[in-house]
Amino acid sequence: MTDVGEVIARVHREEWARVVATMARRVGDLDVAEESAAEAFATAVERWPADGVPPNPGAWLTTTAHRKAIDRLRREVKREEKHQEALMLLPESPEPLGAIDDDRLRLVFTCCHPALAMESRVALTLRMVGGLTVPEIARAFLVQEAAMGRRITRAKAKIKDARIPYGVPYRQDLPARVTGVLAVLYLIFNEGYLASGPETEPVRADLTAEAIRLTRLVRALMPADGEVAGLLALMLLTEARRPARLSATGELVTLADQDRGAWDRSLIAEGHALVRARLASGRPPGQYQILAAINAVHTDAPDLRDTDWSQVVALYDQLIRLDPSPIVRLNRAIAIAELDGPSVALGEVDGLPLAGYHPFHATRAELLRRLGRSEESRSAYDRAIELAANTGETAYLVRRRDQLAGR
Amino acid sequence: MAQYLMSVLHDNKTATATPAEDAAIDVFNGKLQADGNWVFAGGLTAPSSATVVDARAGEPVFTDGPYIESKEYLVGFWIVEAPHLDAALRMAAEGSKACNRRVELRPFEGRQ
Repeated sequence: MTDVGEVIARVHREEWARVVATMARRVGDLDVAEESAAEAFATAVERWPADGVPPNPGAWLTTTAHRKAIDRLRREVKREEKHQEALMLLPESPEPLGAIDDDRLRLVFTCCHPALAMESRVALTLRMVGGLTVPEIARAFLVQEAAMGRRITRAKAKIKDARIPYGVPYRQDLPARVTGVLAVLYLIFNEGYLASGPETEPVRADLTAEAIRLTRLVRALMPADGEVAGLLALMLLTEARRPARLSATGELVTLADQDRGAWDRSLIAEGHALVRARLASGRPPGQYQILAAINAVHTDAPDLRDTDWSQVVALYDQLIRLDPSPIVRLNRAIAIAELDGPSVALGEVDGLPLAGYHPFHATRAELLRRLGRSEESRSAYDRAIELAANTGETAYLVRRRDQLAGR
Repeated sequence: MAQYLMSVLHDNKTATATPAEDAAIDVFNGKLQADGNWVFAGGLTAPSSATVVDARAGEPVFTDGPYIESKEYLVGFWIVEAPHLDAALRMAAEGSKACNRRVELRPFEGRQ
């Protein structure tokens, strides 16, 4: 008996996006698609414990959702007239992505459309593709439920009013649009990995897991895209270290101090395999692939001292050619500190225009500490603590500051 | 098909297009017409030539000058027909490039 509940939860994870996506194509309205999918799952919760799980749960759910949608459209006759015309389907499908033509991919591209605000893309993707409820998404982003509900409603209204197409982008737009999808997924992952907010757990495993699940889905839909594979590898290699990332007291543990034995070997193996496959492709890597490769170097080292820092610096040099942002330069300088010492690294860090970015101050504090410049280090820690939003990170920074000699 | 308003936003001193911009706009207009996306387009004179009319209280009241003083104002617009936003966005991008200004894209209401 327990198992019907579990089956429903599993089917929800596996089939939600497909049901919403199929319904969106059929009725041309995301709102109706979402509601009818939700009703179909509610019906499953009601009926399956008594009637048993149907042999093909996905098909059962789609059929049920379809009936619910028709009922709803009949109830709102006016709406039905509209729906006849409101089909957002692309009239001629723009050149399909190779052989791929999955409704779920259309759904992903629609939810991550660049005409929507970033926060709306994230919320819509979690709701429509991920199947999270509005209260779950509101909690994940520390927003009032009503406000999150409005955000999603507004986004759906814009999709409809501005006629954001339910489809795969034009070929010329594709690289930028894929990058946009990946940015949404990476943002979800990062919010889980380094959660912000004074009352929040420092690491939100639910969000990182959801980001990985969605990225796996996108990868299944676009298996030939190197950056999708790169982002998945990056997430897996980052997630692999999660068990070692928090101390018993809820303090963030840096890479240097992590218990490497606690790292998840199977995630590392999967991440490394993806990175190797990208290297073997011989194609020039994009930024996610390079970031994944950097993480592969870290996770390859049994001990911090075994880290191939020159390889890490070489990869950062490659990354800077694609993205010469000060944040990438800061991260490169951290590797430089290991290779050429803290003095050289500090020279690279000072002067970066990152005064409002707490890792800048945390990095300076650490380098100054290693150089024995305690007073300057202390004030850099102070600044980093002021700016940091993650509870585990704040705890770490406070302890490091208080360990400084003097006073 | 839906219709979209492409407003051309202007945010510095000289409102008039340069000859090069005019030429690029002509090419873009020709393309809109050839592709069947053209509905209407026009350029506007400076806001200082505007007259505000308010007849809500009966006799119309005329006021010299724009009602809204802003650094950013409308210098022209296109109305285009497009099957969906992605197509309209591409036109807006080409239009922005042609007139060398920012373009705001908004769908018309209810013409779906």
